[in-house]
Amino acid sequence: MPVMNMVQALNNALDEKLGADPDVLIFGEDVGYFGGVFRVTDGLQAKHGLTRCFDTPIAEGGIIATAIGMGAYGLRPVVEIQFADYILPAFDQLVSEAARLRYRSNGEFWAPLTVRTPYGGGIFGGQTHSQSPEAIFTHVVGLKTVVPSNPYDAKGLLIAAIEDDDPVIMLEPKRIYNGPFDGHHDRPLKTWAGHPMADVPAGLYRVPLGKAAMVREGRSVTVLAYGTMVHVALAGIEEAGVDAELLDLRSLVPLDIDAIVASVRKTGRCVILHEASRFGGFGGELSALVQERCFDHLKAPIERVAGWDTPYPHAFEWDYFPGPARLVAALRRAMEY
Amino acid sequence: MDNLPRLNLHIPEPPARPGDHPDFGGMKLPAAGETARPDVDAAEPTMRDMPFGMIRVLDGDHRAVGPWDPHLDVDILHRGLRAMMLTRTFDDRLFRAHRQGKTSFYMKSTGEEAIAVAQSLMLGARDMCFPTYRVVGWLMARNYPLLDLVNQIFSNAGDPLRGRQLPILYSARDYGFYSISGNLGSRYGHAVGWAMASAYKGDDRIALAYVGEGTTAEGGFHEAITFASVYRAPVILCVTNNQWAISSFSGIAGANETTFAAKALAYGIPGLRVDGNDFLAVWAATQWAAERARLNLGATLIELFTYRASGHSTADDPAKYRPADEALQWPLGDPIERLKGHLIAIGEWDEERHAALQSALEEEVRAAVRAGEAIGTLGKSKPELASMFEDVFKQPDWRVIEQRREMGV
Repeated sequence: MPVMNMVQALNNALDEKLGADPDVLIFGEDVGYFGGVFRVTDGLQAKHGLTRCFDTPIAEGGIIATAIGMGAYGLRPVVEIQFADYILPAFDQLVSEAARLRYRSNGEFWAPLTVRTPYGGGIFGGQTHSQSPEAIFTHVVGLKTVVPSNPYDAKGLLIAAIEDDDPVIMLEPKRIYNGPFDGHHDRPLKTWAGHPMADVPAGLYRVPLGKAAMVREGRSVTVLAYGTMVHVALAGIEEAGVDAELLDLRSLVPLDIDAIVASVRKTGRCVILHEASRFGGFGGELSALVQERCFDHLKAPIERVAGWDTPYPHAFEWDYFPGPARLVAALRRAMEY
Repeated sequence: MDNLPRLNLHIPEPPARPGDHPDFGGMKLPAAGETARPDVDAAEPTMRDMPFGMIRVLDGDHRAVGPWDPHLDVDILHRGLRAMMLTRTFDDRLFRAHRQGKTSFYMKSTGEEAIAVAQSLMLGARDMCFPTYRVVGWLMARNYPLLDLVNQIFSNAGDPLRGRQLPILYSARDYGFYSISGNLGSRYGHAVGWAMASAYKGDDRIALAYVGEGTTAEGGFHEAITFASVYRAPVILCVTNNQWAISSFSGIAGANETTFAAKALAYGIPGLRVDGNDFLAVWAATQWAAERARLNLGATLIELFTYRASGHSTADDPAKYRPADEALQWPLGDPIERLKGHLIAIGEWDEERHAALQSALEEEVRAAVRAGEAIGTLGKSKPELASMFEDVFKQPDWRVIEQRREMGV
């Protein structure tokens, strides 16, 4: 099987869907001739034609509104918002329109669009190129939110998202587009070569929405993570030297509650790791769910390791970023409670 | 200090407020038949005067004149008159139902009936309208069942939208009527996307969308026109300029600076300004724009110049912010009276038949409301509670399933 990085895997997913389904089309800022600022749509316009993959005006609200209209007609648009930070001008379209169209029309209309958008820090992008806005989407009833952590899942989740009849937002962890990242910014960059999840099969396969992946089995503590943080979690678990179980959630809505509950009931401890600010973050929801469903099994308070409650500061990026050291401290607190 | 004047902040105010005499004296209205009709395939730069004229067909004697006369069959005129009268009759009856506590909310389209009715009759069954809350006339023109409308307004067990929407925020796919939401202008871009999809598929269907003049200030309006222009979407983008956005007069939306049709100029698409109380003019302008769209010539912006004769909604009292008799002074008259006058002028109608039709429509509406009341008014009957949990997603996820169980339904 060919080894791909995440950019190539996403490109391959789009290429295959364009080839297989004439109702799929792709648009967004710079995605056409140029192939996207992160190169995810590279070559797709040349191969599939102008009307299948094209550039849009710089108008995020217009991009999503257009995609909703196309979806209502019967197409399966896949749009790119260049950075997740820029999705906010389109927020009303996602919240008030895409998320509710099926419900408010009693199923007469729906919006099967897929929104791809690079998210997360670690690239010195400052406040406006680094955020992790998953919590503001997961709170919105009617939207689905997925976050891959490796090339294999990226392709399979994107295909599943495109084929889904509800609006799906795919947050792409741009820090690991070209290679996994263990949270140690001062170490040389790794590549996806040799990583077991970088073997990306040809053809259409799906990673179903709503299924977490067991990255590492363990008996003493459950770590919940997604996106870039899956790799940071692996590094932190190793450094802490604990027998931790690591779940890569992959899909936040729908959420694989059964996998989470089964793991925490087994281990009796839970540490949640995400990059977004902690207060009101998705970790809060995970923590509440674990408390509600696993209270009798818990041996220690649930820990949350997350970004600080400040905007993402350019000069202090690595102080903000929840790296392995903070996870190690949380794991030890959980184990020593 | 130098000799420069001190700056001062300009806040537009309407010409007349409550207690004042309504003043439309400053309004420049071209005569019926005066505005030229370009060929549909004319280049946009050759028609940049259009946004400053006004397409009018019916003259003061109710005769159809000029190049925009669509020469409609009498049958269409009768259907149009009936749908407009039905719209007004329905509005009046359901407004009263609100005052009687039978529903939570209602909005009338009084004075604007020609717009939705003419455009609904003009466009094809497979085209799609992206409506606002003031175009129920679209459904009336297509014989949508009155009882379904009443049931939606009463949120009762027969509500086709199963109690999920505020009254009058209908959805009627089979009638070319897209789902309405309360957020202004947010579906303008959907119309453009829908039209682009039709073009992408090589279909022959086109879209029509409405916003009010106040909503032209929303970002979604400008984004949608940008996309429509750039991709030459087969869409008709309408601005219903009814002079009032709740209590804010059209000057607050920019009407004192230019026309709403002139917004088209910056986007390089034709901008037509139409007498929105003239059924024939609305028809003709829509037909022109539809033909352009179907010939792959792209989008048209149409300003429908009209007057919101009633309040914004049941929650509004227009006497608080405008002269009480302003609607009566509106220089372009009443759309129903004008079409009625035209039919009489051409010998196809008379007062007796008009009165008989009005009685028949009142009975039709009364019967529908009675049938709706029998099912239940607001709070007296409801759709099945379990349906509240359906259609959140195509397939419910565990949250919806668990919470439905928690509720015991």
